[in-house]
Amino acid sequence: MKRKVFAYPYIVWMILFIVIPMLFIIYYAVNVGGDFRLDKFWATLSDGNKWTVLWHSVVMAFKTTAICLLLGYPIAYILSNMKRSVAGFISVLFFVPMWMNFVLRTYAWQAILEYFIPEIKTMLGLEGSVLMVLVYDFLPFMIMPLYNTLSKIDKSLLEASRDLGANGTTTFMRVVLPLSIPGIVSGITMVFIPAITAFTVPALIGNGMYHLYGNEIELAFKTPNAPGDYAVGSTLSIILLISVLVSTLIMNHFDKDQQTGGQMW
Amino acid sequence: MKRILSLMLCLAMLFAFAACKGNSADSGSDKPKDADNEKADYSFKDGDYYENIGGELNILNWGEYIDPELLNLFEKETGVKVNYVEMTSNEEMLLKLRSADCIYDLCFPSDYIIEQLIANDMLQPLDMSKIPNAKNISERIKQFTNVFDPDNKYSLPYLWGTVGILYNTKMVEGEVDSWDVLWDEKYVGQVWQYDSVRDAIAVALLKLGYDINTRSADEVNAAKEELIKQIPLLKGLGTDDIRSSMENGKAALAVIYSGDALECCSKNEDLAYVVPKEGSNVWFDNVVIPKSAKNVEAAHAFINFINDANLAARNTEYVYYSTPNQGALDLLGEEFTEDAIFNPSQEVLDRCNVFHDLGDFVDVFNTAWAEYKSAMGNR
Repeated sequence: MKRKVFAYPYIVWMILFIVIPMLFIIYYAVNVGGDFRLDKFWATLSDGNKWTVLWHSVVMAFKTTAICLLLGYPIAYILSNMKRSVAGFISVLFFVPMWMNFVLRTYAWQAILEYFIPEIKTMLGLEGSVLMVLVYDFLPFMIMPLYNTLSKIDKSLLEASRDLGANGTTTFMRVVLPLSIPGIVSGITMVFIPAITAFTVPALIGNGMYHLYGNEIELAFKTPNAPGDYAVGSTLSIILLISVLVSTLIMNHFDKDQQTGGQMW
Repeated sequence: MKRILSLMLCLAMLFAFAACKGNSADSGSDKPKDADNEKADYSFKDGDYYENIGGELNILNWGEYIDPELLNLFEKETGVKVNYVEMTSNEEMLLKLRSADCIYDLCFPSDYIIEQLIANDMLQPLDMSKIPNAKNISERIKQFTNVFDPDNKYSLPYLWGTVGILYNTKMVEGEVDSWDVLWDEKYVGQVWQYDSVRDAIAVALLKLGYDINTRSADEVNAAKEELIKQIPLLKGLGTDDIRSSMENGKAALAVIYSGDALECCSKNEDLAYVVPKEGSNVWFDNVVIPKSAKNVEAAHAFINFINDANLAARNTEYVYYSTPNQGALDLLGEEFTEDAIFNPSQEVLDRCNVFHDLGDFVDVFNTAWAEYKSAMGNR
């Protein structure tokens, strides 16, 4: 019971930096120059263009996540079967690029794709290039949770499966894969949510032609309809927050068995 | 095994560091030397005026829009600490100036933004007794700036230019003289459009034969449709990144400001710039002091400083944009004064218009622009 005390700083932090800012967003969505107004809020909600842009972002995030999963799973699987020390070293290599700032890495890719090896961009096209850099940025977030889950699988389970006559494929499909679902779920969450809000990568790699939801929010704040009118940008942010919340809830639904940690309240 | 791997990694990192150092040393020794030789002529003389000001001066300006040497010189001369911040669009500057905790003492917005800032009472009148160098501003330029700021009450011209088409003569056939070429299907994927609401929509309005300051929603929407039609031809939508792309022959055509065009042409002789026959936008970036400025003394000193004929000449050679400073023009060589991009003829200026503040109608422009942007994803 006494351990509850240790959660208080976190609660204070959450209220100060998560709850209050969110209340500000809601406030600005329904306030124009100090007047309570819902018209901009509804106008933004019923603007089909905004939803089209959101759809483009969801599709892009979905593709990024799928590619990350397809690439990340085999890598994590191979790593989990290696000697611990070697696997640890290799996974550090995966993280080395992340020591550098994300925006700088994106600028580096912009230079590579435009001037050093333009053939890549010609080959992949604009969308392919944006996807590639997104995958590059988010792949470690997929590999890490997968590696953690896979390496914690009790090897005796695999031996048992063999003993009972299952071949490699069956063991993988019926033992390893089901046991790694928590890793898959947290990997997907960790890639999908940042990918849906990505806006530096489409702006820099997509020559300004990839207008995703993050860019739409930026545009709304940069060219407000009137001074101090942040209603459109805030409404767009609320839509994004809700979308992220819904996708997190869906992911958690698949992850029910893994509910760990005590009650905070 | 692990140790050997770690050792190899460390060695690789060392090599990488060494390589980086070598490179930066090379490029470092090349550039400033050239620059020094070019600019040795313009020495700065009168020092008494600037003594004992002190404090800090917060400046908000466009990217790569001043010779950084000028800032150092000003700091040395006055003891003022300069904090220099860059932005990429007029709309961004407006947002920063409007924020409640605006810290800027000086900024360099364009004509139509100044019109709006004056209308909203956000600028301080300039004290001309503290800016004796204002006499250097050419009368030809004052005729234009009088339209949005009569008698330079609130602003003094800093740099100016036109908007036009930069094209690669090796990649574009025939003579370019019309905005239509940016919609020519021969150049799929080779056209840069400008990522700024007024500039891009103006290009489409001019193509359709409309006024760039139109207040007709139908005309703005027609312009938006033109821009959407152009999307398949675009290499991209850019601002400062257009320059290196054009210099390296990565695209055939670009909407561009004259100063950027001049810089590109000086680096790649295949490039040429034209102000199309349908007309275009001529713009003026003036220096202003916001109402909220803290160090007004230093702000005036800075305005006087950059209008010194020698320093203005040095600055214009660095940024390549046209100077309104007659004193500087008298000092500059023919390669600038005789250049049609740097110093366009009256005939070219006659077909150009200055942007005006659109008041609430800017909403129509912004909405059209947002629709255009969301159409990008549908291609």
